[in-house]
Amino acid sequence: MRAPKKRRLILLLVCGLCLSAATGLTLAAFSSSLTYFLSPREVLLKNPAPGVSFRLGGIVQVGSVNTVITDRMPTTTFRLTDGQASIPVTYTGLLPDLFREGQGIVAIGAMTPTGGFAAQEVLAKHGSTYMPKDVEQALQKAGKWNPKYGPPPPADTWNTMQVKGSNS
Amino acid sequence: MIPELGHFALALAVAMAFAQGVIGIFAPGLRDARTMRAAPALAISQFLAIGASFLALIWSGVVSDFTVKNVADFSSSRVPLLYRISGTWGNHDGSMLLWCFILSLCGGTVAAFGGGLPASLRARVLGVLGLISGGFLLFTLTVSDPFVRLWPPPLQGAGVNPILQDPGLAFHPPVLYTGYVGFSVAFAFAIAALIEGRVDAAWGRWVRPWALLSWCFLTAGISLGSWWSYYTLGWGGYWFWDPVENAALLPWITGTALLHCATVVEKREALKAWTVLLAIATFSLSLSGTFLVRSGILNSVHSFAAAPNQGLFILGLLVITIGGSLLLFAVRAPALAANGIYAPLSRESALVLNNVFLCAIAAVVFTGTMYPPFVDLLFGIQLSVGAPFFNQTVLPLAAPIILAMAVGPLLPWKRAALGPALAQLWLAFGVALLVFLVVAANRHIIAALGLMGGTWVVLSALTDIAQRVRLFRVSPRSSGARFMLLPRAALGATLGHIGFGVTVLGIAGMTLATQQVIVLKPGQSTQLGGYTWTLDGVHSAPGPNYTQRVADITLSEHGHNFLTLHPSRRFFAAQGVVTNDAAIHTNGFQDLYAVFADEPKSGGAELRLSRHPLAPEIWFGGLIMAFGGAVSLSDRRLRVGAPARKKPAGAVA
Repeated sequence: MRAPKKRRLILLLVCGLCLSAATGLTLAAFSSSLTYFLSPREVLLKNPAPGVSFRLGGIVQVGSVNTVITDRMPTTTFRLTDGQASIPVTYTGLLPDLFREGQGIVAIGAMTPTGGFAAQEVLAKHGSTYMPKDVEQALQKAGKWNPKYGPPPPADTWNTMQVKGSNS
Repeated sequence: MIPELGHFALALAVAMAFAQGVIGIFAPGLRDARTMRAAPALAISQFLAIGASFLALIWSGVVSDFTVKNVADFSSSRVPLLYRISGTWGNHDGSMLLWCFILSLCGGTVAAFGGGLPASLRARVLGVLGLISGGFLLFTLTVSDPFVRLWPPPLQGAGVNPILQDPGLAFHPPVLYTGYVGFSVAFAFAIAALIEGRVDAAWGRWVRPWALLSWCFLTAGISLGSWWSYYTLGWGGYWFWDPVENAALLPWITGTALLHCATVVEKREALKAWTVLLAIATFSLSLSGTFLVRSGILNSVHSFAAAPNQGLFILGLLVITIGGSLLLFAVRAPALAANGIYAPLSRESALVLNNVFLCAIAAVVFTGTMYPPFVDLLFGIQLSVGAPFFNQTVLPLAAPIILAMAVGPLLPWKRAALGPALAQLWLAFGVALLVFLVVAANRHIIAALGLMGGTWVVLSALTDIAQRVRLFRVSPRSSGARFMLLPRAALGATLGHIGFGVTVLGIAGMTLATQQVIVLKPGQSTQLGGYTWTLDGVHSAPGPNYTQRVADITLSEHGHNFLTLHPSRRFFAAQGVVTNDAAIHTNGFQDLYAVFADEPKSGGAELRLSRHPLAPEIWFGGLIMAFGGAVSLSDRRLRVGAPARKKPAGAVA
């Protein structure tokens, strides 16, 4: 029979076209909109170019938060730490409810030429006792905390804490 | 005592579920009618047992029995009754029990109302459901037991997370879960059909209502969740492409495809193997979506902190269910020969096109969701795929669907011509083009395209109805009579399309939203969206289990005050948590949205003010879609049991 063959050919063509369109779109979007997650220490090691967007995760350093209101817009500066290094962050806008000192957060934005991080968005979506998974991993990589041995130490002690086998 | 009874009932249910599974699957092979009849009886008793178990857990929550660890950890005697009940499923263990309860409800329904099915098919369907149920009940009982006791009991529970203390969220999980789990029935029918080696129109008539019912619940559940995040989280966003949102969207997309191609099986006996595959895929996506997120494998706002052994158990169950069913499909699918023949241009082909594009969208969303965890697992690189990725990939693939979904319903089965169909749509096309030109003139190209698409879909669906009732060509009374006589399935489908179009309009409208973050002192005002927003003052007010600070914002237009908004900040002392309660004023076509974010030391209030054009249409469209599904379900032809009455039961066995 001719009709089913022709139908199958058309179907295959449509599927192939659609599949290649989907693949093309995916690859194009991947190359332009994937964002990496870095901890403050990784930022110092890899030194991302200013203007390249990435996610910076860490703990809001205790005592570092300062909000200034200029032209009726709140601008907050704080330091984000993983216990090994800390990066100054600037954010203009409203901070989420769960944002506070000692809380694990993720900031999305890019480095400025002066070595600070300009955040476009600050996320602290998780519960107050729950640490974002990526922050937890950053802490573990930095050797500051292993979840096997109980809850994390208080955030304000990290920068001064002694770590075995770490020379940073 | 009551929790022990619940625990026992749960253990009983595990045994019954496995018995139901083994009997249901193997009895039809023995051709023993009496053994086969045991499957429905077991399904109903399993439902009763899990029901008892679930009630026992709810009871423990309602009376605040803190000897139950689950209640002590996630509830408190200080929260209102509704949240003591909803707190039952607001955590991992309890939500597992809810999941199993809904699954057993589905099984019980098939058992109770499936009298018209061939006995062997019913037994096999119940068998598959029993095995799935058994696996997850075993998981609940062994590694995720909600009835673990705590001694000595604490004086007070830890309480319900304040952000979850919301009526929207009390109903969101059960509705969504019903949607997810309902697809298990379509899945069970698909597996049973593969075992039996036959798929026919009668099979399609059984699968479609179940797929439709689950789809309605899933649509309603997703809309409810999106609406909740819009008014609770205070960001004014309705969709974040978060892994858990994608996990709900994926089965919705394939479920939509399933609905459409099940029609083809039912009407034309074509696309059989494809429909079976979609039924398997939809339930597999429901399963993996729910559990990958719940078990913390995918990083998400919604993940419950869970032990690693739970993740492995779940992963094992998923591999067995999904892998097993796909393997069965690979072996048996060639037996499902298609009978229907159709031309390249026909209703069938339009539905195939719909399926191809829906599946492409599903594939893209799946890639974006699963890529980060895989890269992390394989290379240890942490990266995230955010909203820009999904917008760039999904929107171009959705455009052809929007374009074609207006034309498809106008094409006849078997063989069609494009001319007459398009001739009906010139008015819809003209209006849509006008909308595009007006909006594009204001340099909002994206919004203009979206609004054009939405208008096109809604108007062409309305045109379809108008043609069917011969509006303006016969008297209005006669048109009304014709409307009442329209087949409900067709009317439901049209409503579904209208709902989708309305949601597209809402999403497009939201791209025109204007927003301002500002610090105002009492008496100061700002301009936004054509209105003057003035902060009158900030005052304290009491709440049931929180205290709050309320900002009073007056809106005026041309010097005329027309509205006062009262956004508040709520302090929950029990958890030491602050939440924002956004004030939203809607007139059905736009939302005025105010969030009171903080009180600066210098006085006044930090506010986020926004105007969201067409925002209500996003959820209104979801509601119309779910309602369309319900209308379609009420079709006589689809009423459960109705089609099978003509056939004597057990004729095939």
